[in-house]
Amino acid sequence: MDHLHRKLRDHEAAMFQQGYLDDQFSQLQKLQDDTSPDFVIEVMTMFFDDSEKLLNNMSRALEQVPVNFKQIDAHAHQQKGSSASVGAARVKNVCGTFRNFCEAQNLEGCVRCLQQLQQEYSLLKNNLKYLFKLQQEIKTAGRSIHTRG
Amino acid sequence: MEKECVEDIMEIEVLPSMWPEDIGADVGKQFNIEKPGNDQDVLEEVSIIDEVTTIADFKRLIELTNFTEKGSSQLAYLMKHWEYKQASVARLLREELDNLNKQRQDVELRKLEILEEHRFEDERYGGDKRPVSILDDIYDIWQQDVPCRKSNVVVQNKRVEIDAEYDTVVYWKQRAMHLEKLLEASIQREETLEQKLKESIKNIERQSSPVEELSQILKRADNFLHFILQNAPVVIGHQDKELRYRFIYNHFPSLHEEDIIGKTDVEIFTGSGVKENQDFKREVLEKGLPAKREITFETELFGSKTFLIYVEPVFSKAGETIGINYMGMDVTDQVRKRERMAKIREEIAVQKAKETELNKTIHITEETMRAKQVLATMSHEIRSPLSGVVSMAEILSTTKLDKEQRQLLDVMLSSGDLVLQLINDILDLSKVESGVMKLEATKFRPREVVKHVLQTAAASLQKILTIEGHVADDVPIEVIGDVLRIRQILTNLTSNAIKFTNEGKVGINLYVVQEPSFTKSGSVQKISSGYSTISVNVVKEERYGVNDECISLVKSECSMNGDTEDQHHSNETTVWIGCDVYDTGIGIPENAIHSLFKRYMQVSVDHARKYGGTGLGLAICKQLVELMGGRLTVSSKEQNGSTFTFILPYKVSIACDSSDYSDEFSDMEHNDATSDDTTTEGFFQFQPPNLGHIVSSGGANRTHNKLLSHKFCGFSESSFSFPSTSNDNISKGTCSVDDSSSLVDDSDMSESASSSSHKHHLYNAHAWFQNGIADSSQHMVVNSTTQCASSNSKSEVTKSISKPKILLVEDNKINIMVTQSMMKQLGHNIDVVNNGAEAVRAVQRCTYDLVLMDVCMPIMDGLQATKLIRSFEETGNWDAAKNAGIEQSLPNRDYEYSAPSKKRVPIVAMTANALSESAEECFANGMDSFVSKPASLRKLKECIEQYLR
Repeated sequence: MDHLHRKLRDHEAAMFQQGYLDDQFSQLQKLQDDTSPDFVIEVMTMFFDDSEKLLNNMSRALEQVPVNFKQIDAHAHQQKGSSASVGAARVKNVCGTFRNFCEAQNLEGCVRCLQQLQQEYSLLKNNLKYLFKLQQEIKTAGRSIHTRG
Repeated sequence: MEKECVEDIMEIEVLPSMWPEDIGADVGKQFNIEKPGNDQDVLEEVSIIDEVTTIADFKRLIELTNFTEKGSSQLAYLMKHWEYKQASVARLLREELDNLNKQRQDVELRKLEILEEHRFEDERYGGDKRPVSILDDIYDIWQQDVPCRKSNVVVQNKRVEIDAEYDTVVYWKQRAMHLEKLLEASIQREETLEQKLKESIKNIERQSSPVEELSQILKRADNFLHFILQNAPVVIGHQDKELRYRFIYNHFPSLHEEDIIGKTDVEIFTGSGVKENQDFKREVLEKGLPAKREITFETELFGSKTFLIYVEPVFSKAGETIGINYMGMDVTDQVRKRERMAKIREEIAVQKAKETELNKTIHITEETMRAKQVLATMSHEIRSPLSGVVSMAEILSTTKLDKEQRQLLDVMLSSGDLVLQLINDILDLSKVESGVMKLEATKFRPREVVKHVLQTAAASLQKILTIEGHVADDVPIEVIGDVLRIRQILTNLTSNAIKFTNEGKVGINLYVVQEPSFTKSGSVQKISSGYSTISVNVVKEERYGVNDECISLVKSECSMNGDTEDQHHSNETTVWIGCDVYDTGIGIPENAIHSLFKRYMQVSVDHARKYGGTGLGLAICKQLVELMGGRLTVSSKEQNGSTFTFILPYKVSIACDSSDYSDEFSDMEHNDATSDDTTTEGFFQFQPPNLGHIVSSGGANRTHNKLLSHKFCGFSESSFSFPSTSNDNISKGTCSVDDSSSLVDDSDMSESASSSSHKHHLYNAHAWFQNGIADSSQHMVVNSTTQCASSNSKSEVTKSISKPKILLVEDNKINIMVTQSMMKQLGHNIDVVNNGAEAVRAVQRCTYDLVLMDVCMPIMDGLQATKLIRSFEETGNWDAAKNAGIEQSLPNRDYEYSAPSKKRVPIVAMTANALSESAEECFANGMDSFVSKPASLRKLKECIEQYLR
């Protein structure tokens, strides 16, 4: 049990330290209480769905000729807003750069940024999934202790 | 040509003065020549051939050549020629005579039948190598004039031929007759020769005298000089060994001859330059070498003039210096021009230097700015992970921990908080310094600010101190300024005061002061420029307040927040308010006062160790005060306490007169006693906790009774907000001032509040009462909750029924989810729409108390939506919205306030980038304030507190 807790703590701290997450994520965690025990997971799931949709849209939009930078910028804006809201700091930062490239109508930069964004996103997702898995494990373990107790 | 000249000379019987008659005579002769008086012996010195008598006037000539070597050599040339000519003429005459004699002898000899031939030799003057003089050409006359060859004397040598027979009478007769004839002829010839000789002599006599000719030459030279010098701005002169003028030529004379001749420069003029001139001449005289110099004169005689002066020494034949020749040319204009050019060149150089300097400064400034921005960014970057650490620690503290763990965690939390504070301070400082910090102008109530600051201070107090505040009656109810910054200053100073005070009291005094003198020297401008970045219409606000009294309370609440002023609005005056923050603490030693406001400075290392702190607080306070156009000063006595005083200018809207408010509030009195108090009460005191947590307040228009009733105790109201947890407190809560149970330990409370459900309730209660302080610490939440729910619990209950309606306009569903959840935790259910158009429709349908508006949205952005809503509020119709393509939807009858009212709904922008530019845009479109994304609990809470009181 302690082992799990420590693992969770370490992992979470590492995610903060490496800049995947920022204070906003802690805010989300604060919002999670008895009335909405799975709030963070819910929001994050939503974020994942939304992000995947947006990433797909963006990569499709980048393949079009001519490229509609305005549309891509709108997607990037959306993605930036969402990631800021959930505290996905690194994703948010890449979005910022992305928007700059959109504004400059720099196709190459946009393509590069999209790749970076996809990478950051998948890293974040994997890390968070692991985090949630640990939480879930702790929960079940706790429940099992409870039930046993 | 030459002949004519000669004839001219002939005609002149007496050579006139070499200077034309028309010049001179009276005042200001161009040539002023010393009249030879005693210097007659000079005449003797000049070797003019005595035998030549002349009627010419030698005086001038002599003067010209007076003493000088050049003159004499000139003269010598002339004389040489003259002598030469004379000699050759004499020789010729002598030869002629000889000839004649010889002829006579010949004739006599012939008589004696000795006939001799006689011839003259050609002679010609061949002195080619004459010294060349400037008057060289003129000498040509001599050559023409001198008869060089005797050409016309012909002697006929004929033999007498006799036809008769030798030694006959006839022969002798014939011979005698023949000889007679010869004799006759000879006599005749002799006569002719004599005549010729006479003629010749006459000729010589008739020939002009050398003096005449020389005079003529000189006259021509004179004319030549005149011709050249006529208009030249030159002064020529000769001065003797004592530098007395002997001769001067001045084209523009301003002095009489007698004023100059025989005097020195210094005797003639006075003024600057004269002495220099004189010295220069003397120098030349001594050195014996010619020299040039430019001298600027500043004399009464001819004003300011610059002369280029050439001085050359004059030597006597013996080689001694006997004086100087002096030539001056007026170069004033040239000098002026040159100086102007030099000046211009210099100016250009200076300009260039300045430019370089400026560029350098700009470069440095840019570098500095960049460095500061880097610092700001870095601090920002540090802040994010740090807040992560602190948040984690906070979360950790909610878990089950043993005593030791908790202690460790407490240290962690407090250190983390300290570092966060430090970084915030650095950020603030660098913001101010790099000019990024923009002041905002919002209406606020100084009394409330003071009260809240003191409350905050009292709540976190860990010492036995009395905390008090006085606000003078003449301080306006509402003023306009940057309330957040002012509050920051006050909080900073107060916490500083508390930190260094162990017993006694800490307090704030607020009073109106005269406009200080330093503002006249330009800092006013700074203030105005600080404020002028924001422009919003306060005018309309005031109009509503006047027209619509029934909603005046709400109105005043609205207009209080986020409204900025119009610079040029006539209804505004500036009032200067002084604020003392005093304490009875350890004081500041005199020698430390000067370094007090420097950053990272504390009075001593000991102090720093003992009292902690970053040492940035006062520096920030000072910078903020100065940024707002005020001054921060300190006076202190060691061991007796310190007083920090800052004076700041505030704008006051006259339309929002205090009397209006007191009227309105007396109407409302039965309803909302607390907010009533805050408008006018002038005295607050927070006794040390061991006496009970007391707030006493007294306003100018309060009765004593009222004052008593306002003393509040502990958690009386918790009967309402915590029905389940603090039942025991209810009974205590209704108690009187002295009831010891009202002494609530804050830490206990916070601990009990640490479980999330409690916290939730706290937030709820807090939100409903809407009288909190913008501070996120849990202690404060407790405190403000207790504070606001003062005596009248009924009003709270009624108020809680009409929950404020909040509209969130946001297109990003994740943002919606997060914000919604946060608002839920803050106790609010919110309506959500997804774009500006929907927002307009929602506002058409029902009245909201607060709109949180995303700026960047599809279909219609937040700015336009706000504009449309504002347009409706102003005009009462939705024409603008219709024009934008939004059909009016029917009002929803379910809502209590369904009828569209003219109330101005506070609209808070949710911006992704909280830069000042976009903030300005928000204000310009009628938004009241903005919250930067991502929204956090704290930001939302502050916002709600501000707009939903």
